[in-house]
Amino acid sequence: MRLRSFLTPLIAVVVFLVLWEALVWVMGWPDYKMASPSDLGPAYTRYWELFLVMGWQTLWRTVVGLLLAIVVGVMFGMVMGFSRTMRDALYPLLVGFNAVPKATVVPIVALMFVGMHDFNTVLIAFMISFFPIAVSISIGLSTLEPEYRDILRSLGASQTTIFWKIALPKTLPEFFGALKVAVTLAFIGTNLMEIVSPHGRGLGALFDSGKTNSDYPLMFAVLIALAFLGIVLYYVVVALEKIFAGWAERQPG
Amino acid sequence: MNKLIEIKNVRHTYQTQNGPLPVLDGLNVSVPEGGFAAVVGPSGCGKSTLTRLIAGLMKPDEGEVWLHGERVKGPRSTVGMAFQNPVLLEWRTILQNVVLPLEIVPTKLNRKQQEDRARYLLSLVGLDGFEDKRPSELSGGMRQRASLCRALVHSPDVLILDEPFGALDAFTREDLWQTMHQVKEKEPFTGVLITHDLRESIFLADQVIVLSGRPARTQFLLDVPNTGRRTLDDLYTVQATEMLHTLRHQIEIAQGRAAA
Ligand SMILES: Nc1ncnc2c1ncn2[C@@H]1O[C@H](COP(=O)(O)OP(=O)(O)O)[C@@H](O)[C@H]1O
Ligand SMILES: [Mg+2]
Repeated sequence: MRLRSFLTPLIAVVVFLVLWEALVWVMGWPDYKMASPSDLGPAYTRYWELFLVMGWQTLWRTVVGLLLAIVVGVMFGMVMGFSRTMRDALYPLLVGFNAVPKATVVPIVALMFVGMHDFNTVLIAFMISFFPIAVSISIGLSTLEPEYRDILRSLGASQTTIFWKIALPKTLPEFFGALKVAVTLAFIGTNLMEIVSPHGRGLGALFDSGKTNSDYPLMFAVLIALAFLGIVLYYVVVALEKIFAGWAERQPG
Repeated sequence: MNKLIEIKNVRHTYQTQNGPLPVLDGLNVSVPEGGFAAVVGPSGCGKSTLTRLIAGLMKPDEGEVWLHGERVKGPRSTVGMAFQNPVLLEWRTILQNVVLPLEIVPTKLNRKQQEDRARYLLSLVGLDGFEDKRPSELSGGMRQRASLCRALVHSPDVLILDEPFGALDAFTREDLWQTMHQVKEKEPFTGVLITHDLRESIFLADQVIVLSGRPARTQFLLDVPNTGRRTLDDLYTVQATEMLHTLRHQIEIAQGRAAA
């Protein structure tokens, strides 16, 4: 069973790479149109040190942005989940804030905090990913059936106790659902800033230098590296979900 | 006998988007210690509101609610509640679910004693062997049994049941009625049962209170004679039929379909 759950996606990846290679070969595309998987190997071996350094930059900034998004998102979510007034007041603001394309915010932030590249990158990763978290927590809390509250409240339990014993655990499945979306968004945020910043670092900057030097295999190698990091973070979230909200999974059969 | 639950002239109005909605108007209920009162009435007349008042979850606009000779001002740990929705916590086992109230109310029991108490109650309602199951692994009737155990685990003086068997099929419901009698023998309580099943009301309670349509007041009181240990067969006697008939008529009055 375990072997199968590991092998199936692996085979899918291999099939994907083979098809990609075959497509490029059949169409006779040159490097500058479309790199093929066989070009990626040389790109990684040539720049492996850069990939490690830049990959680490991208990873930690994404994770820090994400952690910030969790803290702030959960706080907003709690405020909106427990108070109708706050929900009515904050919801339109948040929706409006979320609707602004972050690509337009990136240059503004880059100008506002010029030279603070780490800070800027974390900030954008945070801004782009905290919305789904706030929404999921607020919906989870506000749709809690009153009886759940009442069984504890009728015993004289405080709001805090009710939150820790019932509201929070009951909201965890929705929270993790949102976190999976947020992970992907945070990566987008980090890379936007890394690509746009003139003296950026991280995989986004590596991508940009590939572009400047017309090194197409490098650009594709960066894309694959980003995909790899995204997958790793995603499965970290899945593992955490199994630990903290595994009960919500329907038992098969 | 001293009155354990005493509701005097309670009046309550909800403020809704469509203006004020009076739900209770001149409600009087009194239940002696060890008594079991069933409350029936048209849907939406204010029965659940009544349970929330007794539990101290809300205060009435006017009138008084007394428990044990003390004015109810807020929630108190001497009350146990169960609803139509068993509201078991899916991330806890059945045993942990039953123990939950003991994590809230002050108790002298240590962890082991708390679990023993929960195990004892679970066996009392026929759930031995299910302690470590998750709620989703149980049938609706079994979940309701577990919910009942949770309502009783801290030995409350007052047990409030708001249509606890309303969502169960007829046979499961009858099983649970009998379980209720067994439980009350071993774990005495003073009970208030909201129900819309008239047979249930006379099988379980010793006093049936009929509420009028909204805003609810006490419209009619029926004392169910104490005939010792009740069996389901007792529901098919002439006496039972007469009581059911009387109650049926009162409900029709409450619904405004028959003249008083
Ligand atoms: N918190 C509330 N705010 C406003 N209206 C309510 C509230 N709770 C109940 N109601 C209304 O009051 C009436 C009585 O409710 P309830 O006590 O639940 O009735 P019952 O349990 O007898 O069906 C219903 O019409 C219901 O819609
Ligand atoms: Mg009700």
